[in-house]
Amino acid sequence: MSQVLIIGVDGLVFASWLFLVSVGLSLIYGVLRILNVAHGSLFAVGAYSGASLVVAYSQAGNWPWGTLLALPAAALAAGLVLGPLVERGVLRWTYGREPVVQLLVTFSVFLILEDATKLLWGVSPYYAYQPYQLLGQVHIGGIDYPAYSFLLLLVAVVAGGGLWWFVRRTRFGRVVVAVIHDPEMSVALGVNLSRVYVATFALGTVLAALGGAFTAPMISVVPGIGVEVIVLAFAVVVVGGLGSLEGAAVGALLIGLVRAAAVHLLPVLELFTIYLVMAAVLLVRPLGLFGRVEVRRI
Amino acid sequence: MKTPILEVEDLTLHFGSITAAERETVIVYPGEFVGVVGPNGAGKTTFLNLITGYLRPERGVIRFWGQDVVGMKPHQITALGVGRSFQIPQLFLTLTVRENVLVGLATREGRWASAWRPLHEPTRVQAADEVLLQFGLLAQADRPAGELPEGGRKLLDVAMAFALRPRLLLMDEPTSGVSAREKFQIMDTLLQALREAGVTALFVEHDMEVVRRYATRVLVLSNGRILADGAPGEVLDDPEVRLAVTGRR
Amino acid sequence: MRRGGLWALAAVGVLAVAGVVLPRWLVFLLTLAFAKGVAVLSVVVLMRAGLVSFGQGLFFAAAAYAAGFAMRGWGLREALVLVPLGVAVAVLLGAVVGLLVARYRDIFFAMLTLAFSMVLYGVLIKAYTVTGGSDGIRIPTPSVLGISRAGDEARLLVYYLALACTAGSAWLVTRYAQAPAGYLAWAVRDNEVRVAYLGAPVNRIVYGAFLLASGLAGLGGVLTALNVGHVDPGLSYWTTSGELVFVAVLGGSGSVPGALAGAVVYEVLRSYAFKYAPYAWQMMLGAAMLVIILFLPGGVWSPVERWWRRQQA
Repeated sequence: MSQVLIIGVDGLVFASWLFLVSVGLSLIYGVLRILNVAHGSLFAVGAYSGASLVVAYSQAGNWPWGTLLALPAAALAAGLVLGPLVERGVLRWTYGREPVVQLLVTFSVFLILEDATKLLWGVSPYYAYQPYQLLGQVHIGGIDYPAYSFLLLLVAVVAGGGLWWFVRRTRFGRVVVAVIHDPEMSVALGVNLSRVYVATFALGTVLAALGGAFTAPMISVVPGIGVEVIVLAFAVVVVGGLGSLEGAAVGALLIGLVRAAAVHLLPVLELFTIYLVMAAVLLVRPLGLFGRVEVRRI
Repeated sequence: MKTPILEVEDLTLHFGSITAAERETVIVYPGEFVGVVGPNGAGKTTFLNLITGYLRPERGVIRFWGQDVVGMKPHQITALGVGRSFQIPQLFLTLTVRENVLVGLATREGRWASAWRPLHEPTRVQAADEVLLQFGLLAQADRPAGELPEGGRKLLDVAMAFALRPRLLLMDEPTSGVSAREKFQIMDTLLQALREAGVTALFVEHDMEVVRRYATRVLVLSNGRILADGAPGEVLDDPEVRLAVTGRR
Repeated sequence: MRRGGLWALAAVGVLAVAGVVLPRWLVFLLTLAFAKGVAVLSVVVLMRAGLVSFGQGLFFAAAAYAAGFAMRGWGLREALVLVPLGVAVAVLLGAVVGLLVARYRDIFFAMLTLAFSMVLYGVLIKAYTVTGGSDGIRIPTPSVLGISRAGDEARLLVYYLALACTAGSAWLVTRYAQAPAGYLAWAVRDNEVRVAYLGAPVNRIVYGAFLLASGLAGLGGVLTALNVGHVDPGLSYWTTSGELVFVAVLGGSGSVPGALAGAVVYEVLRSYAFKYAPYAWQMMLGAAMLVIILFLPGGVWSPVERWWRRQQA
């Protein structure tokens, strides 16, 4: 019984991390119809920003709990700077071109950002362990759990809840949904598409950076962390259905739980669970769990 | 009694609250030239999409030459002998006009998987040029299809379908976007080619003059339903039909 | 077209002479470039069908490791046996993977191919008792046409083997592109719905292109293994596949000479860039790709192609 509990907790924690790390990608695809390969490096920038801010903040001997605020602050700053920069500076010139071209453009941005982070932050690892240490341990089901994992869960729930509220309850959120469903109609109804695009891309970037910032205290931040994340985020979003925010949540949950079960029951499968889930879901629902069929009008 | 080419029974499809097709029942016999008319949104293109397998009906039966085709995909139905042209011409804009036809010819020969002999084989090129000549497109044979004007695109679209030597040709507004003078020229050319080849046709059309002049039979669609089905003279003069199609009696 | 063939023959002739004239390190680099060029051709074949594969590394690595296993497990040394073996393994793998993947387009296709290559990567790392894990396995020196040499002379033999294979692949892909199969793949990219309405099965056309591409990528993999003398899981990592995509774009996304010329240019540039600016070469790559995509959609080969077209008129 306690193993079920452990698997459940493990799964939930990993799922919340997956969700946090993937939801931005799904949002950007839903609105701009672009699969943002640079998502991984945006994650990395968030991690580096968060880590360096926490380290600098802690060295200045400030109030320790402030480090928990430093993380989202860094993510916000990074996202609000990079997001509009990438969208207005690069992506804007590719709208209307083949999806393949847009994919390659985001891939180029990824390559550029990978080296840019090396140039900005160097190649030595950053250890921003302070928030992790600060929260200590929690006792669950007979073992000690890092409390930081539950902070991650909280952040994911808040982010998810915030997005849900934004999409359902705010005017701008509803405009975004309209653009997801029918861009042409939205323009016909007077929606300023470029403003929606910039804002959405910025939001997606902030979310990616948030994922990175909150991941930083759990790892040593080194060059290349973005590369692994891209594949994971893609898998989650594909399972959930491209462009669906609920799909990202359900996909993350599914993959998280299956992976936790694998880690505890069949460890040899651990690395592949994410792909196995993806293959299984796609065989039954080719567009993902919440994916929508778009039939071309002829 | 001739075997019908196309039998449609009880064809039904809804998009949410919109009725795209409602219990449509039609039989088309060889040699007919059926005009399909109706106001915008009546479901004319949807009808073509349904019978060619691009859309799946909720209910109903579709048979070509007695064979049940519901559930088949467009390429399978085309292979049975059904050609189609589109409201917005569906061409290969980056290929030349001739290549657009060549690709169809190669497919008709069953050579779509051939990777050895070139597409531009002399016999095939000759056959393509014959089709292009019939449709008045030979002069543009080497130009990219994307450079054709609207009328030329329409013609090429029909030519591509025609080159497949279908037994049934479905055309979606073959003369829209074409000048009034050219309309009759095009339809005359088309009809001659079709009669010579023994091809049955069904064409969606907005221009009542064209329908009156060329159709042997008229189907009137409105809100997904078949309002009338009969000889052009009767159908087009029926006040109910006129009301539905043009808004005036 | 006959003139194109003459130019190609001339190029092969020049490169054949270059093999004995150029310094050793350059010959090695060129061999690497040829092998990569063949793998880039696989990306080009798929791009002509409108698909971007971020997973050709799967076949690249599978064929390379197959050759490695055959050499170490069965004691095979003859390259003319190892090359078809590697290609066969790659095509077999492609036949299986293609069954799922050929139904998809755009982003899904890219993602699925990426995922499959990453699965192989995981397998290669995990099964370290068989595959050597992240260290990979050493490949002994092959013999070519029964001729067995050591050191630089062996490298030269592999150079000629790679040159022959590259020329053969170029010819094969050119024939494919000019045949109905190649045109239909292009048509799928242009207007998939129309292809269906011509009566051609679109998914099977994609499957065919995928099989060809898997064979080409496999060929590139075997040649790389024989040249470098070592295989490691990185061959299947998605950034390897990404590199192939980059070179394809560099070369114009559609032409055979462009892809091969692009591969040579890339290899030369990369070795210099890596030596002088190890922390900035990815950025330069990315910036170069952006410039090409935004300003030179036909790739760096397009000016040459335009010149060529004018010569033909």
